[in-house]
Amino acid sequence: MRYEVINIPPEVYIFHISEFSDEELIDLSRSLRLNLNLVELRSIREYFRTKLNRGIFDLELHSFSQLWSEHCRHKVFRGLIVDENGEPIIDDMLKNYIAKATEKCNKPWIVSFLKDNAGIIEFDDTYSIAVKVETHNHPSAIDPFGGAATGVGGVIRDILGVWASPIACIDVLCFGPLDYPMDAIPRGFKHPKYLFRGVVKGIGFYGNNMGIPTVAGAICFDEGYVGNVVVYAGCIGILPTSSYKFSSKPGDKLILMGNSTGRDGIHGASFASSDLKEDSERISRSAVQIPDPVEEEKLRRAIIRIRDEGLASGITDLGGGGLAVAVVEMADRIGGGARVFLDEVHLRESMLPWEIWISESQERMLLMVPSENVDRVLEIAEEEDLKTSVIGELTENPFIDVYYHGTLLCHIETSFLLRPPKARYVAKWYAPKLHEPFFDEPMDYGDLLCKLLSSPNICSREEVIRTYDHEVQGNTVIKPLHGDYGGPSDAVVLKPVSNSWRGVVISVGVKPWYSRIDPYWMAASSIEEALRNNVCVGGRRIAILDNFTWGNPEKPDRLGSLVRAVKACYDFAVGFDVPFISGKDSLYNESPLGPVLETLLITAVGILPDIRRAVTLDFKYAGNPIYLIGLTLPELGGSQYYRLMGYIGSSVPKVDVKSSKRIMELIIEAMDRGYIKACHDISDGGLGVAISEMAISSNFGAEIYLDRVPRVDVNRNDVILFSESNGRFLLEIDKKFEDEFCELVNSYGCNAGRIGFVSKNSRMVIHGLNGNVLIDLEVELLRKCWKGGLKL
Amino acid sequence: MKPKILIIRVAGTNCDSETARALEEAGASVQIVHTKRLIDRLLDLSSFHGLVIPGGFSYGDYVRAGAIWASKLYSKLMDEIVSFADSGKPILGICNGFQVLVEIGLLPGLGEFGLRSISLAPNDSGKFECRWVYLKPNGSNRVFMKYYTPDRIIRMPVAHSEGKFIASNYILKVFEERKLILLRYVMPNGSPAGGVYPFNPNGSYMDIAGICNVDGNVMGLMPHPERATYLWQYPDFTSKIYGELEYAYGDGYWIFKSMCDYIIEEII
Repeated sequence: MRYEVINIPPEVYIFHISEFSDEELIDLSRSLRLNLNLVELRSIREYFRTKLNRGIFDLELHSFSQLWSEHCRHKVFRGLIVDENGEPIIDDMLKNYIAKATEKCNKPWIVSFLKDNAGIIEFDDTYSIAVKVETHNHPSAIDPFGGAATGVGGVIRDILGVWASPIACIDVLCFGPLDYPMDAIPRGFKHPKYLFRGVVKGIGFYGNNMGIPTVAGAICFDEGYVGNVVVYAGCIGILPTSSYKFSSKPGDKLILMGNSTGRDGIHGASFASSDLKEDSERISRSAVQIPDPVEEEKLRRAIIRIRDEGLASGITDLGGGGLAVAVVEMADRIGGGARVFLDEVHLRESMLPWEIWISESQERMLLMVPSENVDRVLEIAEEEDLKTSVIGELTENPFIDVYYHGTLLCHIETSFLLRPPKARYVAKWYAPKLHEPFFDEPMDYGDLLCKLLSSPNICSREEVIRTYDHEVQGNTVIKPLHGDYGGPSDAVVLKPVSNSWRGVVISVGVKPWYSRIDPYWMAASSIEEALRNNVCVGGRRIAILDNFTWGNPEKPDRLGSLVRAVKACYDFAVGFDVPFISGKDSLYNESPLGPVLETLLITAVGILPDIRRAVTLDFKYAGNPIYLIGLTLPELGGSQYYRLMGYIGSSVPKVDVKSSKRIMELIIEAMDRGYIKACHDISDGGLGVAISEMAISSNFGAEIYLDRVPRVDVNRNDVILFSESNGRFLLEIDKKFEDEFCELVNSYGCNAGRIGFVSKNSRMVIHGLNGNVLIDLEVELLRKCWKGGLKL
Repeated sequence: MKPKILIIRVAGTNCDSETARALEEAGASVQIVHTKRLIDRLLDLSSFHGLVIPGGFSYGDYVRAGAIWASKLYSKLMDEIVSFADSGKPILGICNGFQVLVEIGLLPGLGEFGLRSISLAPNDSGKFECRWVYLKPNGSNRVFMKYYTPDRIIRMPVAHSEGKFIASNYILKVFEERKLILLRYVMPNGSPAGGVYPFNPNGSYMDIAGICNVDGNVMGLMPHPERATYLWQYPDFTSKIYGELEYAYGDGYWIFKSMCDYIIEEII
């Protein structure tokens, strides 16, 4: 390999890339751990050969490594996808599926989508809501506490990065079964129990310390996560709409604020874009960052003050790829370049220039500040005990120039740094060969219900949620644990503005189990579930976020299933008329056990015009009728019931957009008219679990008649009780409005059945199709089963 | 004239704005100020009528909850704080603020300042606990508790890792004799929690959730009254009809209201 070393000091390498053969290029990428492929390396070689005609500095190579990583550039979502014959399937999924869906929905209340650090929608005439959800899977697999905590810290900075003040965190976590046999864990990987405890601790640590309530989320357990833990961290913020602006121009100073830069988190972005292996921990430990929530708390104070005084022209957080990515993206945004002096960066330890440039040390933000405001910004930072450095400025000249000790170590066009060669991937989806199982109806339904209620994917998450401060800031109206019994709220509601009754509704939908049958219907079900949950408490005007966790996209079957899921996102976002405002994909979730169970998290953010009208799931009054809205179909494929019986099945729940949308509109109208006393969606575990959860959350019981459940092609008690058909809700209707409610149902033309009533005696009594009593249990027993299923 | 109340903060304080909101609701005019400004003498503590040390994780609660903030206050501001308390002005410490008051020795204030005679130790559960609890207030304290009638059971949330109240038998006896225990964890029916989890969420001796000094004008409590100031903050407000409720405000509001009343009646 031809290179030279200059000692400025320290030593800096210059590689004569123009003369490199393809083999040498690959060797170079491997030895510097650049994670660049041959197409990309050739494009860099070509650029240096023809345009610059000089050697490439190590710092420049590392810039490409970060800026062109899958993590930063979404090469798969942006790429051309072809079938095995080379025929195009879809070009640029981000543009032609996700963004196109949003454009079709064409909502005037979207302030910013799919481009800034977070998606932004209007809250009211004055304020807007910013939302972002990220994954931190790879770091959490290596260091569950640090990985999860920095995942939370990172997504909070995304919110600060659009000038919003964080008001809530959410997290969705997926682990292998907690009782997974230790000797079946691959070498170099960690047991689900260890990961579970570490991740939960990390999430609580960051949110609690920073004073941001961790309010919503989900936890999934499945064998498909043993080799690949999944950690989604989300944050919601609020900002005066008028303060969302970007006015940076050449000459504005670049101010780096917050933590000192250190050697942690080097190559994080490229680490996140490769598979996990036996030696990942040894090789990539340094890619995991160190969390310091108190530092970020100070940053929050300073940034909100700088925002309110209008001192900065632009802002961005430092995440994957560190300074390199932040500076280049900001320079691109003004259509210019930047000049950076690495000597100015405040450091924790002595570092090489390229390390300073790409370090992902946490709790740092980059501000663009007009010269005349620099002193005031530094003063505010000083008052909040924050370290700052003025590290350079934006320039008109569209080049990124990076200096160290007076030597120019990078001089490349901004646009070239952000335009990797278009990638081409092959996709092929194979429908799995699955069968619907045949077995006799179970004998003991009471025992079955108890087993389902205490099963890992259904039981109460109270043990975990209590360790998260979900009340700080004092604005959590509908809490994740409802009432004295800690009922499982469908969605949470926040009241972010003191002098307004308007609320923000946050819910999630995640149905990874259906991926085993068909990722298309998995994605459809996840979207529907997120919307359903939001509607349950009264949410409307909903916007959604997509977060994909998939396997290696360079393998056609993985990509084939991803394309199916993204297609469903387009179809159902358009169908339900809900726009995507933000999203993120985490690919390369592979381990020696194979790919991760394909997981799509849909986060839904709705508006509740008056939080005093919020509806919760707990039964309110004995004697009130209970209605089931929506049709029950024989859809048990991938259900929790089949899982308990040891099957997967093939009858995956589908989504009927038209009827489901109609039902949601009906429910919102009935709520606004005050007819609905309690509302809960039917989801994992079907009607049996949903009705139990409503009783568990209250002091009442219920009397239910299965023959009154509206259904098609269903004549078994277990199918009615445990089918997971989408688009269904359970409602407790105020007795005195029952006639009006029924009229409303008729006018909407929805399927509804009066399946029973709320009873005073705290027993769950379910009558089967023949009129026999299938289940007759104390609610207290159901509560015990449900609450005892998960221990930290 | 409105009671002028100072809320102090440092890095890691995070309950200051909702505490200010609750105090303003109770009629106070509130200023939130970084402790640094007091230490640099840019602001005079004695110009305020009341002081509140809010919740949070001051300096990340490294060493011990509240310890670093307390050591700053003790070394730089202790004289001002002591004379503030001696003048009869109310000081309220919530959660992390309670931990700070214990660390600087203002609570229980029975011995030498700077020496801890009681402690807020890690919870028995070994975990952070965020949950609503039932409490029995001691209405004999006129500064903070005047709105609580003797039989009243109130509710507020706790959210902490280190809130287990520990003291020697001697001190506990003094507390009981002098009626310095202002809040105790109880069962939903009002009977003593008797240390039973989760009603007593942290294992506090004698179910103690809040105390005051001998003069009654310095109070510390682990629960968060600012998170129980409005009824919509309650975990089950959707199950209730407004008309059925006794007060328009939540239980926590009345601590702030009592404090403001006291300032208007006794201080201003």
